[in-house]
Amino acid sequence: MSVLAVSGLGKSFGAVRAVDGVSFAVAAGEMLALIGPNGAGKSTCFNMLNGQIRPETGRILLGGRDITGLPPRRVWRLGVGRTFQITATFASMSVRENVQAALLSFHRRVWRWWRPARGYFAAEADALLDQVGMRAQGDRAAGVLAYGDLKRLELAIALANGPTLLLMDEPTAGMAPAERVALMALARRLAGERGIAVLFTEHDMDVVFGVADRILVLDRGRVIAEGDGVAIRADARVRAVYLGSGATSGGH
Amino acid sequence: MDFVVVQALTGLAGASSLFLVAAGLTVIFGVTRVVNFAHGSLYMLGAYIGWSILTRLPRDPAWFAAGVLLAALATAALGALLEMGLLRRIYRAPELLQLLATFGVVLMVQDAALYLWGPDELTLPRPPWLRGFVAVAGSRFPLFDLVLIGVGPLVLGLLWLLLARTRFGVLLRAATQDREMVAALGVDQTVLFTVVFALGAGLAGLGGVLSLPDGSANLHIDLDVITDAFVVVVVGGMGSLPGAFLAALLIGELQAFGIVLLPKITLVLVFLVMAVVLVFRPHGLLGRPQAVARGAAEALALVRPAVPALRWLGLAVLALALAAPLFAGPYLLSVLTEMLVAVLFAASLHFMMGPGGMASFGHAAWFGIGAYAAALATHALAAPMPAGLLLAPLAAGAAAGLFGWFIVRLSGVYLAMLTLAFAQIVWAVVFQWDAVTGGDNGILGVWPARWAGDPRVYYLLALALCGGAAMLLRRVLYAPFGYALRATRDSPLRAEAIGLHAGRIRLAAFALAGAAAGLAGGVFAYAKGSVFPTYIAVGHSVDALVAVLLGGVQTIAGPVVGALAYTALFDALLTTSFWRFKLGAFIVLLVLFFPAGIAGAAQRLWERGRPA
Ligand SMILES: Nc1ncnc2c1ncn2[C@@H]1O[C@H](COP(=O)(O)OP(=O)(O)OP(=O)(O)O)[C@@H](O)[C@H]1O
Ligand SMILES: [Mg+2]
Repeated sequence: MSVLAVSGLGKSFGAVRAVDGVSFAVAAGEMLALIGPNGAGKSTCFNMLNGQIRPETGRILLGGRDITGLPPRRVWRLGVGRTFQITATFASMSVRENVQAALLSFHRRVWRWWRPARGYFAAEADALLDQVGMRAQGDRAAGVLAYGDLKRLELAIALANGPTLLLMDEPTAGMAPAERVALMALARRLAGERGIAVLFTEHDMDVVFGVADRILVLDRGRVIAEGDGVAIRADARVRAVYLGSGATSGGH
Repeated sequence: MDFVVVQALTGLAGASSLFLVAAGLTVIFGVTRVVNFAHGSLYMLGAYIGWSILTRLPRDPAWFAAGVLLAALATAALGALLEMGLLRRIYRAPELLQLLATFGVVLMVQDAALYLWGPDELTLPRPPWLRGFVAVAGSRFPLFDLVLIGVGPLVLGLLWLLLARTRFGVLLRAATQDREMVAALGVDQTVLFTVVFALGAGLAGLGGVLSLPDGSANLHIDLDVITDAFVVVVVGGMGSLPGAFLAALLIGELQAFGIVLLPKITLVLVFLVMAVVLVFRPHGLLGRPQAVARGAAEALALVRPAVPALRWLGLAVLALALAAPLFAGPYLLSVLTEMLVAVLFAASLHFMMGPGGMASFGHAAWFGIGAYAAALATHALAAPMPAGLLLAPLAAGAAAGLFGWFIVRLSGVYLAMLTLAFAQIVWAVVFQWDAVTGGDNGILGVWPARWAGDPRVYYLLALALCGGAAMLLRRVLYAPFGYALRATRDSPLRAEAIGLHAGRIRLAAFALAGAAAGLAGGVFAYAKGSVFPTYIAVGHSVDALVAVLLGGVQTIAGPVVGALAYTALFDALLTTSFWRFKLGAFIVLLVLFFPAGIAGAAQRLWERGRPA
């Protein structure tokens, strides 16, 4: 059974139909890339999946359970981790504390008033940081990290609840090409080892074709193609959108 | 029916006056993003200047109109000076510092007006034409009020023409929507901002001078007016002129009918309307969400455990505090007790405003509720002191929990305004509910239990309660709850995305801070033996704010250091003449040159040369 099954998802902002009847499914251990030109509706899809935006139409099933319209914190409790296109971390905390904060919430230890938080789940946090190659920077302030490191930290945070579904919105933006490949290889490995379903967006096509099992192409809110790398590369409509003939891409 | 018509007209006249002040405030905010606390002071200056001009002019309508315009222009000029001297230096500062600096101006203007015009109310001798009436629905309606009714829409119309039909208006609208774009257009923003500020100040001055025929120039109108103006601007939506007009109509009518039908609870009604509007429309009736809250994510210091040297220093201070009864006399002990109260009051505000990111301009409400709870327990219930001291934090915490429900869903300026409005309501209730609270006279004879009557014993009790509670708050900040609270401040988005219920966490922090402030109020009540409405006044809320900022909002030791320094400074100033002016100047200088506070500056010195 698929971890995530989405049908007929739709959302408008005023006159802009940001997402228009999108349906797809992701299986455990599978990596699905959501690609498309700027403004295609990728982030809006992510925001609906993790509950940040309420969809106007459609249903979202997580492990067969309807999670449409649940707030982000509930969705997260059901095992969905996410990273943001524009990183969102806690600037007044160290790298390790950022992960600890997520772990405190996951283990339901937030309403504790006495014992210092540094003593909670430090080892677990370090293990997560180790996975993304950030352990050495554990004591640094998150507010001063380089952008690529922030993205890595976000991934560690997103893994803190042992997710069954991982949503990564442009996880490698701001990284050097070698770093991108390494990070996506890590995601690939996690997906395989733990059976995590991964949905990600990415502008670097080499990365996409390198790691994705399947690719979904969005343009102006609609799915225009779906398939593996070979099929997508050969798709005429996709080529039109990406090679930028104004007629099909809507002139972004 | 006639009654309804006349009251409705009175409401319209009131709405016009409200709109004049609110329009200036909202225009200034729309362009400069500064919430100008001193707007009421400009209104007050308009009234005083207008009085000085109009009493020297012939008394016919043409001269009156000329005098009114002249007073408005003079206020506009003062506004321009204020902008050039202070405001333009703090456009990039956090909102709270801006509010505080302009509050410093409020204090300075109060003493300046006292010096120039004296303490007495100044009324305008009214010539016959100003005292005229017209017949409306069978009753007599003041002619001047009818004129006022016309002024509001007239000013709205003129502003609209200015905005829609002139190049200045185009620039102004562009600046309201996108400041960077205007900068990119090569427009000199400095001049634009000064002109806008002068325009807003002129509107305030106009409002002030037009209030003379029905009222007077006095030293209280600044704070009365600014509270009303804040309510109108917040209800209308910050930066929206039509919103301000709509809200002025709403509030004006509410006040006109409220005064007659429910005189005691008009203020409460106004607050309720504001709360309801903000719950359903968090940015006011016609306001739009602000792009990004400034100063939110950047420049946040890490919270680390105190370094050993600081721990030793803290222990030394504690030892000294414990030993104080051995060497200090009763007077010094009472000063020290007050300092302990100030420390807890500041620490409780810091708790919600530093790590919690909820800057309150009405923190004195909880302090006052605690103090009155203790006093009423002693008087009405004849409860022993320990019960009073227990009731104080409970009552304040419960009130904070209740109103926090409205408040914590807002942020930034809206949150500060709503806390201010709420504190004003508490103040008004206490002030007006003579039978229970003693009104202006307060409640006297709230003395400690016999065993704590000795100043040395009561001092030690205060040390245990205030010092202990402040330490507890500090402890909570290092505990998981404190981290969760900071998480909701640093990134609400990420906090929700890791399963944190931001609303609940903020509410808990708000109630806890309120309870701690209430305890401070309770301890203070027994220390002084009396409670007064001034405990809840805006000035007292600002005391806590200044203490926190003086100490440094980003450091955990800040509120303690700040409260001690501020109490010492305040006691020294209070005995001198024109202490308000000096205090105001001090606040302004603090914001301009010392925004990180004493502890912040000390921390920076300490960390210099050490690896981060
Ligand atoms: N909060 C919002 N308000 C109004 N319009 C929005 C909002 N969020 C997105 N949009 C619009 O919806 C459309 C889809 O935006 P979205 O951010 O989902 O695109 P995207 O595929 O993630 O683009 P990018 O590659 O640039 O990140 C765009 O036209 C965008 O302008
Ligand atoms: Mg996007």
